[in-house]
Amino acid sequence: MPSLKDLRNRIASVKATQKITKAMQMVAAAKLRRAQEAAEAARPYSERMGAVLANITQAIGGGGEAPALMTGTGKDDVHLLVVCTAERGLCGGFNSQIARLARDHIRKLLADGKQVKIICVGKKGFDILRRDYAALILERVDLREVKTLGFVNADAIAKKVIQLFNEGGFDICTLFYSQFKSVISQIPTTQQIIPAGVPSAPAEATDGGSAVYEYEPEPGEILSDLIPRNISVQVFRALLENAAGEMGAKMSAMDNATRNAGDMINKLSITYNRQRQAQITKELIEIISGAEAL
Amino acid sequence: MPEAFKFELVSPERLLVSEQVESVVIPGAEGEMTVMAHHAPVMTTIKPGVVTVKTAAGKEERYVVFGGFADIVPAGCTLLAESAVHVADIDRADLARRIQEAREDVADAKDDQTRSKAKQFLSQLTTLEGAILPA
Repeated sequence: MPSLKDLRNRIASVKATQKITKAMQMVAAAKLRRAQEAAEAARPYSERMGAVLANITQAIGGGGEAPALMTGTGKDDVHLLVVCTAERGLCGGFNSQIARLARDHIRKLLADGKQVKIICVGKKGFDILRRDYAALILERVDLREVKTLGFVNADAIAKKVIQLFNEGGFDICTLFYSQFKSVISQIPTTQQIIPAGVPSAPAEATDGGSAVYEYEPEPGEILSDLIPRNISVQVFRALLENAAGEMGAKMSAMDNATRNAGDMINKLSITYNRQRQAQITKELIEIISGAEAL
Repeated sequence: MPEAFKFELVSPERLLVSEQVESVVIPGAEGEMTVMAHHAPVMTTIKPGVVTVKTAAGKEERYVVFGGFADIVPAGCTLLAESAVHVADIDRADLARRIQEAREDVADAKDDQTRSKAKQFLSQLTTLEGAILPA
């Protein structure tokens, strides 16, 4: 049985923890709003990009002009996985969910006799994957110093991937990230970015029917410029979704922690009060029985 | 008074402009072009340069863009810029840094094709710097 002093100390320390988790929750809430705004602001670009891409691929008609980034190398022997996770922990199962998805994928690929290479974005995923697949990790992109996620960060990652592709480093590239559904639900997702696949043009999107576009320069040339940019955009979107998801997960994790701390304080206070009362009663009995003995 | 049409300037980070405008001057990869309402559908890449927007209200706004795409249809014009800023907000140091990087690219280029591409990009950047310096 802990003494009254021990209980008092424990209550004080849980209270301090509660204050910290509460503050972290509020910080996460503020950051979440900003991350959500950023994700929303980036949406028009990727939407339009998709429309333009669909339009051009239609113009080319899937001919032999399509660049290799789009059609792939025709093989699927070497897979590159870009695993995007958060830089920091304390956000529930957010990081481990993404890492688990990646790990299952890797295991399947390895079982099929494929070769796997990994690029880790974010420290946490790297830490988890390093345990089992340290030999497969090509490199780790560190975004810890980055305050606000910019397109340049995504662009740098995409450039690395594309360079590796041009050097023949891999055949298929898949992006792992967490899709931001809501504050309480983030869905770990895989997305194949190379080969990009030919997006099917939605029929109603081409307003003006089959308007004859003029292309300046040639469609093929525009396309070969557009595809790398589209990959950057995909990576950027993944990073933004991840940032929002991380903050959402952190917010609910910290909310849980705050609530748990509250419960614990309640329980401890009850024990504390009971014990204090028991001690008072004991002292009273001592006094009374002492008086009776006289 | 010319007819107004919808113009949108989007960068990956945000939607900069979305409004009714009279005309837009776009630094196309194969020469500048002015877009007005009912323009024939064109798709073009753009080089680093200044986009001049004349709004329906008659105001003139200038934006600096660093490469991207323009999608022009009779009903409107969408500009997908890799990076876009208002002329008033342009960061000289940033521009200088880009130019420096372009110079390094020229120096690092391995074959003739990439070197000529890098050189072209560098000259576009320096022209751009010249164009906005007095602004």
